[in-house]
Amino acid sequence: MRLERRAAASAAMAVLAPVIAVMLAGLGAAALFAALGRDPLACLYTLFIAPLADGNGWSELGLKATPLLLCAMGIAVGVRANVWNIGAEGQFTMGAIAGAAVALGLGDAGWFVLPLVLVAGVAGGAAWGGVAAWLRTRCNAHEILVTLMLSYVAIQILGWLVRGPMQDPEGFNFPQSPMFAASAMLAPLFEGGRVTGALVLALLTVPAGAVLLDRTVAGYRLRVVGLAPGAARYAGFSERRAVWFCLLLSGGLAGLAGVCEVAGPIGQLMPSISPGYGFAGIIVAFLGRLRPVGILFAAVLMALLYLGGESLQITQQLPLAATGVIQGMLLLFLLAADVFTLFRPRFSRSHGDG
Amino acid sequence: MDEVMIVALLVATLRAAAPLILAGLGELVCERAGVLNLGVEGMMLVGAMVGFAATLTSGSVWLGLLAAMLAGAAMAGVFAVLTIGLAANQVASGLALTIFGVGFSALFGAPYQSHPIPGLATVVFPHLSAAAPLVQQLLLIDPLVWLALAAPFLAGRFLDRTRAGLILRAVGESAEVAHALGYKVMRIRALATVFGGAMAGLGGAYLSLAYTPMWTENMVSGRGWIALALVVFSTWKPLLLALGAVLFGFVTIAGFQAEAWGIPLAPNLLATLPYLATILVLVLISRDTLRLKLNAPAALGKPFHPAG
Repeated sequence: MRLERRAAASAAMAVLAPVIAVMLAGLGAAALFAALGRDPLACLYTLFIAPLADGNGWSELGLKATPLLLCAMGIAVGVRANVWNIGAEGQFTMGAIAGAAVALGLGDAGWFVLPLVLVAGVAGGAAWGGVAAWLRTRCNAHEILVTLMLSYVAIQILGWLVRGPMQDPEGFNFPQSPMFAASAMLAPLFEGGRVTGALVLALLTVPAGAVLLDRTVAGYRLRVVGLAPGAARYAGFSERRAVWFCLLLSGGLAGLAGVCEVAGPIGQLMPSISPGYGFAGIIVAFLGRLRPVGILFAAVLMALLYLGGESLQITQQLPLAATGVIQGMLLLFLLAADVFTLFRPRFSRSHGDG
Repeated sequence: MDEVMIVALLVATLRAAAPLILAGLGELVCERAGVLNLGVEGMMLVGAMVGFAATLTSGSVWLGLLAAMLAGAAMAGVFAVLTIGLAANQVASGLALTIFGVGFSALFGAPYQSHPIPGLATVVFPHLSAAAPLVQQLLLIDPLVWLALAAPFLAGRFLDRTRAGLILRAVGESAEVAHALGYKVMRIRALATVFGGAMAGLGGAYLSLAYTPMWTENMVSGRGWIALALVVFSTWKPLLLALGAVLFGFVTIAGFQAEAWGIPLAPNLLATLPYLATILVLVLISRDTLRLKLNAPAALGKPFHPAG
């Protein structure tokens, strides 16, 4: 088989590739369950269908889709401009820390606490992304490694804070902060569920992202910087501004995701506040074709994977890491399927290079 | 500080540097051929887990190391099929490999969690464990550390002084020209990638078989990414990479020692040192844009597909 470059990217394949990837990942997951000595069909049912059997499942789905959507939207805007923020996990953590600092500092002072907590979360995440932007524009240090290293740093800072300055003095020495006051917390959207208004904020990024990327000059500039840096420079579109914009935006969104977790379902700072939402956001961004509407679908699917992974842990005693393997397979299959967006397979007898 | 302490510090530094050198050299060779594989962290983790599991089942550390290298090579093979065979985006594919490796090693490594085994050093010289403290310290320099010390010279010699090394560099500088000269660009890149995977697997196995020695989830904790940063720091030169790795080994060990030296820093904050040092090193080297541009393989990260 040989690959032949298509004259133009295939629009049909661009939509089909994620579908194919999901199906292949499902098959891969079944093989994985079989290898672990479980009934593949029962496991697949637990993974994809059982979590949505009741209303609470849908609420949990929204809860998990929220941080994924926020992180992925920022990452996607960045990748469109060829700015690779793979440290959303760290910005998520810093957002949570900044929001927690405000929440714990203000206590139950009034209605204005929650907005300030959210703003602090966005600022914390954006600041952490800003460090990477500064180092990239000022010192040319590539953002892939810097944002990732900053993630490790942020997670250690969180670990230090919950064992030191922000530890709950009445918490029996557990590594966690005091619970936030009610006025610092996002209220559940409806009785009995844990999903909060953060879901609404996350959903708002879908039209906002679509308008930004497809309907504004700023979005156009970002895309040109990403697709044709030479042309962008010639047109006077500043790469430096694109880097700053993307890292502040994606950092801020990841920070918002972080603060919404600690001021929502978690309610306090703990050493582990994210099951890898920041990293999974990268997969969501690609699975969603770097387009806002696609990312919405991908975030819901990934949330289902997280939810199903938890059920598998409970009902089949499978480690949570199984979710990570399936996530990895999903992205690998997607990248493989994507080849046929740009190339067309040709079956012939002649041999190409190597 | 007496002799034993200085030697102990030196040995500990070399032991901390060894996995970075091994994994870093593999990536360096791979990047010299024009392939950027961001999956080092994932390959190291799988190498660490497979190496540990194979050692525990077979009872032989050497079989464990071999299994780790094969596992790393297999993962790199998947990466090669994706990025070289199917011309997929190298950055995204590398990230996918790491995400997969983190999950895979945690899932299949769960039964082996926190199960101590005799480390590589003690396996090699079991009868000398009652020797003098200084000798004992020196005995901690296990064969893989020696390999890590020799490998940069070997890699440097291969890249600069052999025909195969020259061809590999040509492929990394301009795949089109190398192709026009009749070299099998895709095959050479695939081989370099697989070599990088095997080295990453070996570096990971060093952690679980000699450095700790035990398997714990996510035990590579960013060393794969640090190795990637070291490749940039070294401006793609093996000896500089080893030097950088030793520097990092020292920072890591200094972090462990800080408490003994009376530096009052919380353990979590000390743990940030290697990551901050990585950023610092990247910043220092990247400021010199010209030097990076002159030394980076010109076709790094660019997919190549022969026309037709």
